[in-house]
Amino acid sequence: MAKTEIPPEAVIDDDRTRPRSTPVKRARRARRQSGATAGSGRMAALLVSPTLLVLSIVVLYPTLMALNESLYGPKGLDPKTGFISPTEPFVGLKNYADIFGAAADRFWNAFWNTTFFAVVTVGLETVIGVAMALIMHKAFRGRALVRAGILVPWAVPTAISGLLWRWIFNSDGIANALIGHQVLWTTEGFHAKVAVIVAEVWKTAPFIGLLVLAGLQVIPKEVYEAARIDGSGALRQFWHITLPLVKPALLVAMLFRCMDALRMFDLPYILIGAQKNSVETLSMLAQNEASNVRFGPASAYAVLLFLYVFLVALAFVRLLGADLVGDGDGRPKNGRRWRMPLARRTEVTA
Amino acid sequence: MTTTITAKWRTGLLYAGVVAVVAYCLAPFYWMLVSSLRRTSDIFDTSLFPAPVSFENYRAVFDPAQGFTRALLNSLVVAGITTALALLLATFTAYAMARLEFRYKRLILTLIIATSMFPVVSIVVPLLKLFTDIGWINTYQAMIVPSMSFALPLAVWNLTTFFRQMPDELEHAAMVDGCTRGQAFRKVIIPLAAPGIVTTAIITFIAAWNEFLIALSMTNKPGMQTAPVAISKFTGATTYETPFGSQMAAGVLVTIPLVVMVLLFQRRIVAGLTAGAAK
Repeated sequence: MAKTEIPPEAVIDDDRTRPRSTPVKRARRARRQSGATAGSGRMAALLVSPTLLVLSIVVLYPTLMALNESLYGPKGLDPKTGFISPTEPFVGLKNYADIFGAAADRFWNAFWNTTFFAVVTVGLETVIGVAMALIMHKAFRGRALVRAGILVPWAVPTAISGLLWRWIFNSDGIANALIGHQVLWTTEGFHAKVAVIVAEVWKTAPFIGLLVLAGLQVIPKEVYEAARIDGSGALRQFWHITLPLVKPALLVAMLFRCMDALRMFDLPYILIGAQKNSVETLSMLAQNEASNVRFGPASAYAVLLFLYVFLVALAFVRLLGADLVGDGDGRPKNGRRWRMPLARRTEVTA
Repeated sequence: MTTTITAKWRTGLLYAGVVAVVAYCLAPFYWMLVSSLRRTSDIFDTSLFPAPVSFENYRAVFDPAQGFTRALLNSLVVAGITTALALLLATFTAYAMARLEFRYKRLILTLIIATSMFPVVSIVVPLLKLFTDIGWINTYQAMIVPSMSFALPLAVWNLTTFFRQMPDELEHAAMVDGCTRGQAFRKVIIPLAAPGIVTTAIITFIAAWNEFLIALSMTNKPGMQTAPVAISKFTGATTYETPFGSQMAAGVLVTIPLVVMVLLFQRRIVAGLTAGAAK
C-alpha cells in the first residue's frame, strides 16, 4: 500500500498555503494538460505575442535605451566650429562616477529618502491595513458600506491627494487647527517627511486592508473552532493561525506596495515640491534631471533606481517567498517548492 | 450574565472600530468636499460645514482662463484609449494564459506582471528624449504609449484570473457542437466574461486616469495637459497665492466619477483587486 502512484500534477498543484484541490479539479487539469498539442502552442504564441511586442516596445526598449543613454554626456560646444555640436559625446561611466562623486550628496539623500519612505510607509500600512482587515472581517452589518468607504482613498488620484493634503497641512489648515499649534508642514525638514508619510499611508493602507481581508475570508472557520477547543486565546489565534494563513496575501500586497513606494513621485512632488532635500526621491531626482535636458545623468539615475527596485523585488520573492503569479496550474518556481510538498505527501500516503 | 456583557462590549468595540476605519478613510475626502464649497473669503474656516455654501470655486474652475474643460477632455482621451488598447490586447493574452498549455507560460506571466512594478521614471526618461527627437511632445500618443507599460500588465493579470474562474466545460461543449476554438471564444467566453472585462476596464481606467508622472513629463503646453497635471498648476489671482478653493473644487470634479464608479461596482472592483492576492 505504501508509495502509491502520485499523479505529477497533483503533487505540483499541492501547496502548503492552499487547501488541496479536489479530485474533479485535478482530473480536469490533467485532461487539459494531455490535450495540449502543438496547435495550442502555436495559438498561444499568436495570442500572447501582441502583448509581448507592446511591452517590449514600451518597457524593454526604453530600459535598454536608458542604459545606453546613461553612457553619454550633454551636447557641448564643438571646439572647431564654436556651435553646439549635434551629437552627444560618449563619456563611458562618467555619469555614474559623478553620481557617486560630485553629485553623491544629492544622490544618497534621495536614496535614503526613498528607502525611508518605503520602509516606514509599508510598515505603517501593513499594521493599519491588517487592523482594518480584522475589523472588517468581524463586522457583518454594513460591510458593503465599509468596503466602499475604504475604496475611496484608493480611487482619489495621487496627484489630487497631494493637493488635498497640502491643503490640510497648510499653515492655516485643519491639521494645525487640530493639533493646536503651528507647524510649517510643507517646508523643508523632518515634518515634511511626516506629511508625506501621513498622506501616503492614508491613501494606501486601505488597499492592504482589502487584500488582507480577501486573504482572511478564505481561511476555513473550522481552524478557529479547533483552536478554541484547544483553549488558545485571541492573541495566540491571531499569531499562530491568522497571520501564517494570510501570509501569502499579505506578502503579495507588501511587495506591490513596496515597489510602488520605491518609485514614489507625485505625492512629494505636489505636497512639498520639486528639489526639496527632505523629500526628494530617486524618481523625482531622475525626472528633475530629465526635465532639465540632462538626459545622460537622468538615465543613470533611472538605471540605478531600476536596479534597486529589481533587487528589492528579488529579495521579496527569494527571502520571503512572495508568490506573484499565485496560479493553480503553474509549474513550480524552484526546486524547493516542489520537493517539500512531495516529501510530505509521500509520508501521508505511506 | 458576564458573558453577555462582554459580548455586548465586544460588539460595541467592533462598531467603534468600523466607524473609526470609515472616518479615517473618508475624513480627508470630506474635507476636500467641504473646502470646495466655501467662499474664498472664508476658505481658512475650520468649521465642519460650509456656511454659507458657495459654488464660487466651481465657477472659478470653469473659467476659460484655467482651461480645465480641455484638461478633463485630455484625461478622458488618454485614459480611455489606453484602457481600450490594453483591454484588447490583454483579452487575447489572458485567454491564452488561462486556457492554453504552452512552454514558458509561468515565466511569461511573471515577466508581464513584473513590468508593471518597475519604476515608471526609468522608462519616461529615455522616452522623453525619443519623443523630443521625433516631435511627439504635447501629443496624445506620447502619453498613451508609456501608459501601456502599467495598464497592459494590470489588465492581463486581472483578466487571467477572471478567465480561470470560468469552467472549461463551457467551451468544450461549444466545440463539441461544432465551434472552432476561436468561435467558442467569441461566442461563449467573451459574453460570459463580460462582467470580468468591465471590472478590468474600470480598474485599468482608474489607474490610467490617476497617472501623473508621464503626463507631466510629456507635455509643456497647457492645452495638452491632463486634469491632474492642470490642477497642480492652477494659478491664483495673485502670483504668490495658492488657489486652494479652486484646486479642491477641481479635485472633487476629477475624483467624483471615480468615486461613483467605485460605489456602483464596489463588489466587482474588490473581487478584481483581490483576485490574485487571495489565492
